Amino acid sequence: MEILVCVKRVPDTSENEIEINKDGSDIERDDLVYSVNEWDNYAVEEAIQIRDNVGGSVTVVSVGDEDAEEVVRREMAMGADKGILLSDNAFEGSDGRGIANILKAEVEKGKYDLVLTGAQADDGAGQVGGMLAAMLDWPYASLVNSLEVVDDKTIKVGREIAGGNLEMNEIDLPCVLSIQTGINEPRYVGIRGIRKVASIDIPVHGAGDLGITPESVGESGAKVKRIDYFTPELGEGAEILEGSTDEIIEKLIELLKAKGGIK
Amino acid sequence: MTQPVFAYILYENGVADDTALELLTAAAKLNPDASISAIVAGSGAGLDAVCNAIAASYAEVWKIDNEALAYVNAEVLRGMLVRILPQGCIVLAAHDHFGMDLAAGLSNKLDAAYLPDAVDFEGIENGKLKAVREEYGGQVSTHVLCDISKGAVITVRPGSFAPDESKSAGGQVLDKTADAMEGGLPGGARRFLEVVAAEVGDVDITKSEILVSVGRGIEDEDNLEIVSDLAEAMGADVSCSRPIVDAKWLEKARQVGTSGQTVKPKVYMALGISGSFQHIGGIKGSPFIVAINKNSRAPIFQIADVGIVDDILDFVPELTDKINEIKG
Ligand SMILES: Cc1cc2nc3c(=O)[nH]c(=O)nc-3n(C[C@H](O)[C@H](O)[C@H](O)COP(=O)(O)OP(=O)(O)OC[C@H]3O[C@@H](n4cnc5c(N)ncnc54)[C@H](O)[C@@H]3O)c2cc1C
Repeated sequence: MEILVCVKRVPDTSENEIEINKDGSDIERDDLVYSVNEWDNYAVEEAIQIRDNVGGSVTVVSVGDEDAEEVVRREMAMGADKGILLSDNAFEGSDGRGIANILKAEVEKGKYDLVLTGAQADDGAGQVGGMLAAMLDWPYASLVNSLEVVDDKTIKVGREIAGGNLEMNEIDLPCVLSIQTGINEPRYVGIRGIRKVASIDIPVHGAGDLGITPESVGESGAKVKRIDYFTPELGEGAEILEGSTDEIIEKLIELLKAKGGIK
Repeated sequence: MTQPVFAYILYENGVADDTALELLTAAAKLNPDASISAIVAGSGAGLDAVCNAIAASYAEVWKIDNEALAYVNAEVLRGMLVRILPQGCIVLAAHDHFGMDLAAGLSNKLDAAYLPDAVDFEGIENGKLKAVREEYGGQVSTHVLCDISKGAVITVRPGSFAPDESKSAGGQVLDKTADAMEGGLPGGARRFLEVVAAEVGDVDITKSEILVSVGRGIEDEDNLEIVSDLAEAMGADVSCSRPIVDAKWLEKARQVGTSGQTVKPKVYMALGISGSFQHIGGIKGSPFIVAINKNSRAPIFQIADVGIVDDILDFVPELTDKINEIKG
C-alpha cells in the first residue's frame, strides 16, 4: 500500500507556555520548543505498521518553511521511507483550504492508496483532511482510532465518537483518514535514529513544481484570516490560593471538607 | 438579500442533542436578520419526534427521512446536503465528532468558506464575519475574519452559546427527502457497519462523588502513585484526561471528556490538566473544581472554583500527608 502522511511542525504545548507578543499580532516565538503535531505522530506510526503488515511504502509530507524539514526527518527516523517538503513564499498565510490545495497537488503527483492526517493540530481546526478528501473526491473518515486492512481495495476503520464508542465503517481505497490519538503507541525516536536519516535528501516542491497558481493559495487565496491574538477577559475564574504551601494546604483542606471532598 | 442560516441538528433515541438550541442562539448572534432553519436527518418515528420538538424553536425544520440514515453517515449526508442547500447559505453544525466528520468537506463541495470551532461571533461587515476562536488547547484566543460572501460552513463549539429555551417559533416541518435523494443515495464509498461500545472498566467514575483527576502534567507513569495516594486519603476515585489513556497508563473507562465518560461528582480535583473543552465537556452538574497547575494561565483556571499554581509533583504528596495526618 502506498501511504502519504501529512504532518505539521507546531509549538510543543507540553514544553511551552504560550504567550502573546506585545501587539497581539502573533504568539511569542523566541525560545519556543517545536515538535511534530501530537496527532501526526500517531498517523505516521499507523502508516508504518500498515506498511510492515501488507508491504508498500510510507511518504511523509509537510507544508511549511525550511524549519519544517526537521519534523519530516524525525518522522523518517520513525521509519517512513520518503520525505517531501512543500515550501514556497506563495504558500505563506494559507488558510486550511490553501493547505489542502497544496497537498492535493502533491497527492496527484503520486499514486497513493491512502492519505493520513492528524485529527487536528495546534489551531484545533481539524480541517485539512476533510477538505483534501473533498477536493480529491475520495471518501473520508475523521477521528479514526482503529484501522484494519481488508484487501487492496477496502479497509475497515473505527471512528471514535461520543463516550469513546467506535463507529465502524468499511471504506473504499483510495481514501483520506484523520487519525485520533491512542490508535497505537508511537515508537520512540532517539538521537541515533535521527542521525541515521540525517543525510537523506528531502526534496522541496514549490508552487511551480506543483502547478499551483499562487493566487489560489497563501494570503490572497485565504477566506479565513486571523487578525489578532488576545487573552479572553475571564469571568469569575478560580480563586487562586496564595501563601506558603502549608497555608495553602490548610485552606484547601478546609474547603474540601466543607464541600464533601474528604470522606 | 440576507443569507439564510441552517443549523444541522444531531439526535439520538428520538431526542435532539443539547447543541440544537445552542446553535439557534449562535445563528441569531451571527446575523439577527437572517432566516434560521434546522435540518434533521434520520429515519422513522424518532426522527419525526425530533422534528416536531425542534419546530417549537426553529421557524422551519427540514427533514431528511431515509432508512440509510438510521445511523447518519457523514459521507452520505454530505452528498444529500449539497443537493438541497441553497447557494451562498450559511450552515452551522456542532464542533463534535460528527461536525468534524461532515463540515470541512461540505464547505468544499459548496465552494464556501470553512470556519471551524467558533466560540463567538462579533458581527458581519462587508461580507466578512468577525469571529472568535481558540488555539493551543485554549491557551490563547484569536479574532478571525471569514469571508462568508459566497457562503460558509461553520462549526460551533458545544457549550459556548447558551441554549435558546424560548420555544416560541411554532415552526413547520418540511420534508426534503425527495430532493435529497434525487440521483440516488450518495456517499457509497464509506459504509457504516456498527457501533462498538467502549470497554467497561473496574470502576464506574460516572458514579463517583469525589474524583482526583490526573493529566499530562504527571509526566511519568511512575508518578501516578502520588495521585492514587491522594485519592485514597480523600476517599476518592482516580480519573484522568485523554493523554493518560493514550499512553496506556490508565484504562479508557477512567477518561473524563467528550470522547470518554461524563462525570457528575461533588468535588473534582484536576491535577496537571490544562482544561481543553473536550475534557471539560465531560464534567457536568457543577461540581466544586480544584485545579492544580504550574501554569498560572492554564485554561482550567477559568472554570475551576479554586486554583493552586504549583508543581503537582511537589504539592500533591504534601497535601496527602496533611490529610492523612488530620485523619489520624
Ligand atoms: C475529538 C477529540 C476528542 C477529545 N476527547 C477528549 C476527552 O474525552 N478527554 C480529554 O481529556 N481530552 C480529549 N481530547 C484531547 C484534548 O484536546 C486535549 O489534548 C487533552 O485534554 C489534554 O490533556 P491534558 O490537559 O492532560 O494535557 P495538556 O493539555 O498537555 O496539559 C497538561 C497541563 O499540565 C500542566 N503541567 C505540566 N507539568 C506540571 C506539573 N509538574 N505540575 C503541575 N502542572 C503541570 C501544564 O501546565 C498543562 O496545563 C480530545 C481531542 C479531540 C480532538
